Order: sequence, then structure tokens, then C-alpha cells
Amino acid sequence: MVVEQHQPKIYPGLHFKNGNWAIVEGAIISGIAEFFAYPISPASEIVEYLSYRLPAVGGKAAFIVEDEIASINMCIGASWTGSKVMTTTSGPGFSLKQEGIGLAYMTETPLVIVNVQRGGPSTGLPTFSAQGDYMQVQFGSHGDYPAVALTPWSVQECFELTIKAFNLSEQLRTPVILLTDGEVSRMMESITIPEEKEIEIINRKTPAKGTDKATFKQFDVTNQPDLVPPMAHFGEGYTIFGTGLTHLDNGVPLLDEDLHSKLIHRLFKKIEINKNLFPEPDLHNVDDAEIIVIATGISARSALEAINIAREKGIKAGLIRLVTVWPFPEEIIEKYTKKAEFIVAEMSMGQLIWPVERYARKKCTLVSRLGGTPPSPKQILKAIEELKQR
Amino acid sequence: MTEEELKIDKSTLVKNPKGFKHPHDELLRKEAIPTIYCPGCGIGTTINAFLEAITKYCTIPHNDVFVVSGIGCSGRASGYINLDGFHSIHGRAIPFASGVEIAQPKLKPVIISGDGDLFSIGLGHLAHAARRNIDMVVICINNAIYGLTGGQDAPTTPVGAFSKTTPYGKISFPFNLSHITIANGATFCARYTVYEYIQLAKAIGRAMNHQGFSFIEVISNCHVNFGRHNNLGDAIAMRQMFKNARVKMDEKDIGLDYHKTDITYEVGKGFTKIPTGIFLEEREKPEEFSERIVHAYEFKK
Repeated sequence: MVVEQHQPKIYPGLHFKNGNWAIVEGAIISGIAEFFAYPISPASEIVEYLSYRLPAVGGKAAFIVEDEIASINMCIGASWTGSKVMTTTSGPGFSLKQEGIGLAYMTETPLVIVNVQRGGPSTGLPTFSAQGDYMQVQFGSHGDYPAVALTPWSVQECFELTIKAFNLSEQLRTPVILLTDGEVSRMMESITIPEEKEIEIINRKTPAKGTDKATFKQFDVTNQPDLVPPMAHFGEGYTIFGTGLTHLDNGVPLLDEDLHSKLIHRLFKKIEINKNLFPEPDLHNVDDAEIIVIATGISARSALEAINIAREKGIKAGLIRLVTVWPFPEEIIEKYTKKAEFIVAEMSMGQLIWPVERYARKKCTLVSRLGGTPPSPKQILKAIEELKQR
Repeated sequence: MTEEELKIDKSTLVKNPKGFKHPHDELLRKEAIPTIYCPGCGIGTTINAFLEAITKYCTIPHNDVFVVSGIGCSGRASGYINLDGFHSIHGRAIPFASGVEIAQPKLKPVIISGDGDLFSIGLGHLAHAARRNIDMVVICINNAIYGLTGGQDAPTTPVGAFSKTTPYGKISFPFNLSHITIANGATFCARYTVYEYIQLAKAIGRAMNHQGFSFIEVISNCHVNFGRHNNLGDAIAMRQMFKNARVKMDEKDIGLDYHKTDITYEVGKGFTKIPTGIFLEEREKPEEFSERIVHAYEFKK
């Protein structure tokens, strides 16, 4: 069993590939060292391609492990040794991973989780596409934690946002979820991979040189204006300790009301004050729009077509495509809520509409389609026209 | 008792002599102590045996050892030990340690956790880690009960034993933990009771030096949640019971019939037979997992 040859770390140039391929290439250029996952369609292609690519570019391991729960916990373990890690899954597997995701947020473990959404609940509609995991991303694990989730809408963006997800997770010491859907992950279109030197890769903060190993604290944010504690790793002599329990800044558990409140507030604040690092929403014709469609992922491509047709018909329609879905970009909704009516187009019974209505402070129109197909441009256009006539 | 009897006779108190130290003070995380354990608990004995093993009986530098535990009383063990450590979620100590071992093969993961954590909720992971022969030491503290949650029956609770959830006696059969682990491919397996402290420490040392998946079962006393419901007395009485029940066994005695290592329990009497010893030590062991990875990914240059 010998891997034939070293493969190049990056294939610059124009390609005609699918989203899962782009995610793998994005992960490899970000410097992924370990990858553990369980096969589940429509995310299986990532596992297949990565287990071919990773060993040949110097990564340590890309394995199928016994179950979804093991995969997330093995990733957390590998991340605590200083590696960049990723796991991939789809709806049911994402549900199984939830406890581990909570642990990763509590122990501030850099980690990328790719969730290729598919029809649910339960086994649902494998392996058709869906957008039903927005709420699970933020509220799936018990307790309060600041979820971070990015959604691509094209193969090109699958590549870019995978790199962004790795950078954010390293920079903020937090798990980042890449929320694609079956459609975006499996459709093929052209993608341009830039040269390696044009790509910015960020690595995590480690203890400053000369730090006293005996007194180092793994979760100490003194003198850290971004509230991100530098991370020491196993085997470096810092005798670090991590726990899912409420802990002091040296990691030692202490079950105390004030401490818990302080810790959870700090975790939320860490994301809040670094919000400028997250990708901005993608705006199309919103400046003079009377009707704005809000969508993500594959639904946004339908919505773009719909607003273009509406413009031809003389309706001032626009599109806000959310790239960062969590933390929810409330500023953009608040900015346009007085100027325009909102339509939310999604492949669920209405999940994205909850935070949109909350920040819009008014009733919004839902265009929903279940069963694996995104809402059609016609369907969205109909909603735009009805809203215009009202 | 009268008030006179309740008065403490201060003349009997021994003052802490100057410079007195616990032999393993350096290896304990003092800010985490006092522990949550009940007086007389076997987990303390096991932690001490482990610390004794890594200072006296094994050659691995302390920087390369790290301790992972799951949830439960024994799950808190990693927090009291001043080495790299992680307190993972319920049943997932082994996957966490596997991830670390694969990413950083020079480290030696030690898992200190309970029977419920490793063999009930985490059994799937244990089986797969043993199958892969990942280089780790699993120390399972088996007290035959879910202690931290208040004494519900575990998969190791013997038939007939009483607990909070088996008020009429346990109905289903218990696991033989050592048997399961050997069947799944462990290359080192030993069992000791907390009574056999020195043998236990030496066995942990041997397991640490062993390359591959090593398993040590520690039969421990939960006199508060197991002993109390079964009239087995206090910590000392339970350890006395272990002393009388233990039967020394080694590879030759067992042969291939691992049913010989089954533990016997009689209602009213407690444990009557606990085979202890090193049950398996594969000297011509297959390569451990991280070495196999390195060999598998050797590139033609």
C-alpha cells in the first residue's frame, strides 16, 4: 500500500467541478492535517476525494471512523494538538454531532464542520437538497453558544468560504459551520482557483515566546483585545486542561453562577466584537428597491433570476443574499426594513424568516418549497408581483 | 450521644508536620482539590496507582502523557492530575484520545473513566479503538453502578444486585469487561481490585510501556451507592471482600477460555470470585495504528 506520488497542493486555473470538490481543495490549501468523518450522502464525495488527496499532499490522516459522534470528538482531539481539522456530514449526522459541537464551542476548539443539508426530518428525503438546518446550527446543541455559519451559493464560493471558515475558526478559536445544500455541493460549474500566494491563510494564536509554562492559562484573555485566548497544545509542556464543564481561565472546573455567566457572555462577546471579520451580505439592486428578496444558497440563485425579471417588468425588486447566516447580520435587515417589503425564499417551512422578521419588526412573505427543489424564479416572481399589487 | 462524647479530643489530632508532602504533590492540580470523591472511594486509589506507575514503572516522559476522561465520578480524574488533560463528554473519551494520538503519535493517551462511560454509552468507540490497535492505555474503574447520578444500575451490575433502579434485584446479565476488550483486539489486558494497589500500579506501568491498545480493569468500591443497597458495608469492608474474592490468574491459567475470567456475585454475600492478574500481553504485537499510518502513506520519492 504505497501512495504513488506527491500531488500538487493546489491546482490553479479554470476548472469545471462540483461544490464538494471545491470544499476539498479549499480545505487542503488551508492546511488541513486531519479529517475524520462518517459516510453520508450528499457529503460522501468530500470524504472520498479527501481520502485520496490528503495523504498525497502531506496530511496525516483522512479516515472514515465508526460513527458521527466519534468523528467530531476525534476532530476536537486532533485540534488540541495544533492541527487544522475538518469533518463533514449531512442533516442526520449533524444532529448526532450536536453534543460534540457544544463541547467544541465550550472548549473554544478551532474546527470546521461542513453540513451538506438534505431533506428531513429524520431520514427524510435522502439525498435531495434542503435548507432545513439553519435553526439546528444555532440551537441544536443544548445551552447557549454563539454559532458561526457561512453559506455558499456557487462552486467558486464553496472554495472561498471553506478557506474563510478555516481562517475564522483559527482566528477566533471557535468551530465554524459551512452550511451548503445538496444542490450547491453537487452541481458542476466553472471555478477559478487562484495561485497559492494570492490566498490568505491565518493560523491560530499560540502563547507568546517566553511565556512561563507553569503559570500559563489556556482560557486567559487578559491583554487580548479580541477576547480570543492564545491556544497551547498537548505535549508542549504547558499542562493544559480542557473541560466541557464551566471552568476558570486555567481550565479547572468550578460550578459557580457568576463564573458561568461571565464565561458564556465572553464567548458571545468574542464573536460580537469580531463581527467585522465575517463575510458581508451580497446585495443586488437593493438601493432603490421597494421589494427585497432575502435568500441564501441555491434559493438565492432562483431569487436573483426572479428579481431580474421583475426589474424588466418595471418592479423595483432587490436581493439580499446572506453569506454569514450566524451570527445573524441584523444590521442589513434593520437598514432596509423601512424602505422595502421583504420576501424570504427558502427550501424549508420557514426557518430563515424567523430572525428576518425579528429584526425587520414586521410580517414578511415566505416563499417556501419542500421536496428537494429550490423555489423557482416563477414562484418568487409571483410573490413579488402579489406584494406589489397589495 | 451525649454532648460530652461529641466533643473532639484535640490531643489526638496529629498536626501536619513541617515540610510534609504527598509523594505525588507535583503531579496533582492543587487548585482543583479537594476532590468530589466520597471518603474511601476507589477512584483515589486508582489515581494514586496511576501516578505511581508513571513515576516509577514507566519510561515515558511526563510531558508526553496526557489524561482524558469521560463523565462520571471517575470522569473528574483528569482534572486532578497535573498533566495535559481533557474532560470530554459522556462516553467520548476514547474518540477524543484517538484523534490526539493520530495527530501527534509521540503522545501517550491515558483514559481514566468508569464502566458506564466506557462500556455503556461508549462501547462502540472502545471496540473500534481496540480493533485499530491505537496506542493508548484505558483504565476502566468498574464499580458496578452509576455512582455520580445516584446509584442506578449499570451494564456491569451483577444479577440480583439491588440499586435505585433495580429495587427487586438486577435482571439482566452483566458484561465481562476484560472479555469484551480482548475479543475486540486489545493487545494488553489486566484486571486488579483496588485492594491490590501495588500490583495495579505495576500493571499500569507495564501497560504504559506496551505499544498498542492496553486495557486495565480496576474493580473499585462504591460503598455509598452500590455497597449501601446491597449490605456490603463501608469502604474497608468492601475492600476486605475484594481481598477474599480475588483469584490470581495469568495467561496460562486462562488459555483461550476467557469465561474463566467471569466475576461471580452472590446476593447477600457480595463478590465471591474476582479473577485478577494480567490476562493478556501480546509480545509479538501487531504495529500500533499511528505507525501503520506512517507506513501506509510512505511516498515513493
